[in-house]
Amino acid sequence: MAQTRRSLLVDPLVDNNPITLQVLGICSALAVTSSLQVAFVMALAVTFVTSFSSFFISLLRNQIPGSIRIIVQMVIIASLVILVDQILKAYAFEISKTLSVFVGLIITNCIVMGRAEAFAMKNPPVASFIDGFGNGLGYGLILMMVGVIREFFGSGSLFGVTILETVNNGGWYVPNGLLLLPPSAFFIIGLIIWGFRTWKPAQVEEREYEIQSVEAH
Amino acid sequence: MEGLVSLAVKAIFVENLALSFFLGMCTFIAVSKKISTAIGLGISVMVVQAITVPANNLLLNGLLKPGALAWAGFEDVDLTFLGLITYIGVIAAMVQILEMVLDKFFPPLYNALGIFLPLITVNCAILGGSLFMVERDYNFAEATTYGLSSGFGWALAITAMAGVREKLKYSDIPEGLQGLGITFISAGLMALAFMSFSGVKL
Repeated sequence: MAQTRRSLLVDPLVDNNPITLQVLGICSALAVTSSLQVAFVMALAVTFVTSFSSFFISLLRNQIPGSIRIIVQMVIIASLVILVDQILKAYAFEISKTLSVFVGLIITNCIVMGRAEAFAMKNPPVASFIDGFGNGLGYGLILMMVGVIREFFGSGSLFGVTILETVNNGGWYVPNGLLLLPPSAFFIIGLIIWGFRTWKPAQVEEREYEIQSVEAH
Repeated sequence: MEGLVSLAVKAIFVENLALSFFLGMCTFIAVSKKISTAIGLGISVMVVQAITVPANNLLLNGLLKPGALAWAGFEDVDLTFLGLITYIGVIAAMVQILEMVLDKFFPPLYNALGIFLPLITVNCAILGGSLFMVERDYNFAEATTYGLSSGFGWALAITAMAGVREKLKYSDIPEGLQGLGITFISAGLMALAFMSFSGVKL
């Protein structure tokens, strides 16, 4: 095998992160990150679904006819998501209410489909499982980073535990309300991408138009 | 009727699927480099959304809800847990049918939209629209309005984004922010602008 199992697991974290480089799975990444607890549950759910869907699709890869593979993959993914949804409703009802439609949207999360198409259809089950798990972790990593920034500066707490006492509760910290609003997630992810690419210059995209420097006279 | 109009305005501007719920972001970011392709994709999303949301609404009320199967003698069967798999099945089937119908009867339209149709099955905006319909318990008329207008809102957002990006590629952007990074930040600014609609009272 060209790739070792370790690199399958570690690569998606930074070098080939699903969100910042492959542009997959952004849909849900942004909406659920205003509190860390919710982001954590979402990251767990996605990791679970990606790893197991990759595993099962890879098990069946030699039996699935090419023309209906999308439907077969969809059915496998949707069944796993229903499982997650029912478990959340039974044991974490509050969180499942906050996540609302986004649990269901794991079905159309491009990470799951993307890994199934790109990796699980061509590789053995265990490697696919690790690849799915690694990509889930890479997704979770970004989700947690955004979640920490948004909850810490937006409401002065982490995991719902108050760290900076806010002004409303008699403390000193004036929370940054913008961070609780949806647009802030775009800015934070944009800045995270900037950071990643400064650290790993190989990820920088080519300019479409080279800007010519004009000599001053 | 007034309720429907305000629902439509709300779905297009205040609760824009792309900019306030981040649905369909993958395609929103990936296919917004040129205005012409963005318009094509936007129209396809609108058409599919306008068909699938009411279709899923009919299925939900006619088959899945507790008591919906009473006519067949199953009074207390509750099939709502099958919801997710049903909706995605309907969406996949509708997209396939739409593709065949367009190919047979409207070849020019098929040539323009054809490449986007398979993409739409995995567009979160479509499934998201159906799931919001379920969560908010819309009736059939509301579902039709919501499907059409939320699709229109998405199309509007991606077209505007493509317009911004076409100009943006001539600007001098720091190395690491090139491409994806600056796209995210401009999408954030657009989302902020769309938020100003939330003050509109209807």
